[in-house]
Amino acid sequence: MKIILYIIKKEFKQIFRNKGMLPIIFILPILQLVILSNAATYEIKNITFGYVDLDNTKTSRGLIEKFEASNYFNISNRFSSEKEASNNLLKGAIDAYIYIPNYFERDLQKHKINSVGVYVDAIDGAAAGVINVYITQIIQNYSRTITADFIQVSDAVQKPNIVDSIPLFWYNQTLNYKTFMVPGILVLLVTMITLFLSGMNIVREKEIGTLEQINVTPIKKHQFIIGKLFPFWVIGMGLLTIGLILAKIIFNVPFVGNLVLLYGYTSVYILVVLGMGLFISNFTDTQQQAMFIAWFFIVIFILMSGLFTPIESMPQWAQWLTEFNPIRYFVEIIRMLMLKGSGFMDILPLALKTLAYAVVMNALAVWSYKKTI
Amino acid sequence: MKTQNVIQVEGLTKMFGDFTAVNAITFEVKKGEIFGFLGANGAGKTTAMKMLIGISSPTSGLAKVAGFDVYKETESIKKNIGYMSQKFALYDDLTVKENITFFGGIYGLSKKQINQKRSELVEELGLVDVTNSLVSSLPLGWKQKLAFSVSLIHNPKIVFLDEPTGGVDPITRRQFWEMIYNAAHKGTTIFVTTHYMDEAEYCDRVSIMVNGKIEALDTPKKLKEQYKTDSMNDVFLKLARG
Ligand SMILES: Nc1ncnc2c1ncn2[C@@H]1O[C@H](COP(=O)(O)OP(=O)(O)OP(=O)(O)O)[C@@H](O)[C@H]1O
Ligand SMILES: [Mg+2]
Repeated sequence: MKIILYIIKKEFKQIFRNKGMLPIIFILPILQLVILSNAATYEIKNITFGYVDLDNTKTSRGLIEKFEASNYFNISNRFSSEKEASNNLLKGAIDAYIYIPNYFERDLQKHKINSVGVYVDAIDGAAAGVINVYITQIIQNYSRTITADFIQVSDAVQKPNIVDSIPLFWYNQTLNYKTFMVPGILVLLVTMITLFLSGMNIVREKEIGTLEQINVTPIKKHQFIIGKLFPFWVIGMGLLTIGLILAKIIFNVPFVGNLVLLYGYTSVYILVVLGMGLFISNFTDTQQQAMFIAWFFIVIFILMSGLFTPIESMPQWAQWLTEFNPIRYFVEIIRMLMLKGSGFMDILPLALKTLAYAVVMNALAVWSYKKTI
Repeated sequence: MKTQNVIQVEGLTKMFGDFTAVNAITFEVKKGEIFGFLGANGAGKTTAMKMLIGISSPTSGLAKVAGFDVYKETESIKKNIGYMSQKFALYDDLTVKENITFFGGIYGLSKKQINQKRSELVEELGLVDVTNSLVSSLPLGWKQKLAFSVSLIHNPKIVFLDEPTGGVDPITRRQFWEMIYNAAHKGTTIFVTTHYMDEAEYCDRVSIMVNGKIEALDTPKKLKEQYKTDSMNDVFLKLARG
């Protein structure tokens, strides 16, 4: 135990003496949080929007008015035919259009099925998805209000078929994308910084030769590893704290969940990342190599974390792969905790998986760390 | 009375792929001896030393250091030896004091022992004025002295010094050897490599390694007689050039 303390003390001294490293550890992540959270958003404004209204009734015009009232749409044109609208979409003059067929109002009054066509330029698939959701929402809301009206006038017995809004917006009613993104980006920060720092730190000692000097002492493997990784564990927790404070102050992200749970989970999660860092450093000889490998994994982890693309829309094999992605676990958990207010039992399955991951990863790391080559 | 062998090596071999870096070397070192381990660049000195200090597994052969086996008892060996690497391997971003404290700490010394040992070493090595300076600010000779003191911090039975005086000025070299003598006087066995042939003369016995093999092993005096010359330099040149 005493031996571990000596290592921890030395490690902290070196970290805080390194004037080049401190800003990297604390300032860069903050910048990243601010920049990414503002930039990485699904929110799409100023959608150029056209429509074809063959019905031309009070009901159909009412629907178009809803689009005009929305902040997201700039109504550009009323097209006389579907062909004309479709040509404009093709040229890129509009991002989307809807097609309101004949007898729209009449069919609605009679509770007959009628459908409005929605056409979206899908060159950018993610954007198209979002636009589609916006349009569908407006139409659904509208259909809900007018069906209610018609029920009153016609005393219909049939219950109108109302579709719920999609779950993405369920816990984030105001559709504030920052609220949605900030916790996720915070996860990336904590993960990246702790992985890079821990991975590079031990390789650095290899490079300068001090690792050899340590390996000729009778120090036990676990003493060295705990002493080495503990400081980065502390830094990871520190980053989480700074990030949470910023999320509150700058972005006013609500925290509806249990803070103790979040810290408890993070303390286990960082162990997974540190284990990876150590594992990487055991198989590399230079900081460049370590950095390269760490980047390779981080990029895959980030892209497959569900942060930027929903996991549900990935192919099946990719969904299985995400089971090995610690970032995915944390993104899910932090959103559950911060936005949804989930409790201990809700996060338990994912937390247990993370714990198992930490045990396996660290066992591998300790096993692959060799004092004798 | 027979003196005790603290290092016993028989047919020790290390191969990297199909390149034999150390080729079946056999020798022993007695307690309290200053043993010079000579050889040209790339002869295999460092490689041999790393097997003896338990950080590199031999390919074949036998070796016991301080009575412990280099295959199975490396951690026991490490308790009994000190090592000063060919490449300076202490922390540049820590002070002299912090380096000594850190290594004392991981050798498991108590705080009291560390403090006592530190003032003793710093005094002996003439590093008193710089105890609180960052190591990066010290000249090479002083760094080497520090590395030597760190290798002695836990009172090892044997110290392994890999070119401790490489690149150091003659005066500091001189001082260094006085320190080596001091340590040897107190009963520490010294296993040292060097490229300076005048230093070879200070050793009790020397071995000369050529291409992974030990080609000669005796006292400097006997070696000079055997090769009919009056300097170790000539002995070395005759052997190393083949
Ligand atoms: N890890 C390794 N892999 C492959 N070859 C190696 C390795 N380490 C050393 N060698 C080779 O083994 C030979 C002996 O190297 P070693 O460092 O032991 O020589 P040395 O006698 O210490 O030389 P110097 O006086 O330059 O320090 C060299 O040819 C070297 O290139
Ligand atoms: Mg060498």
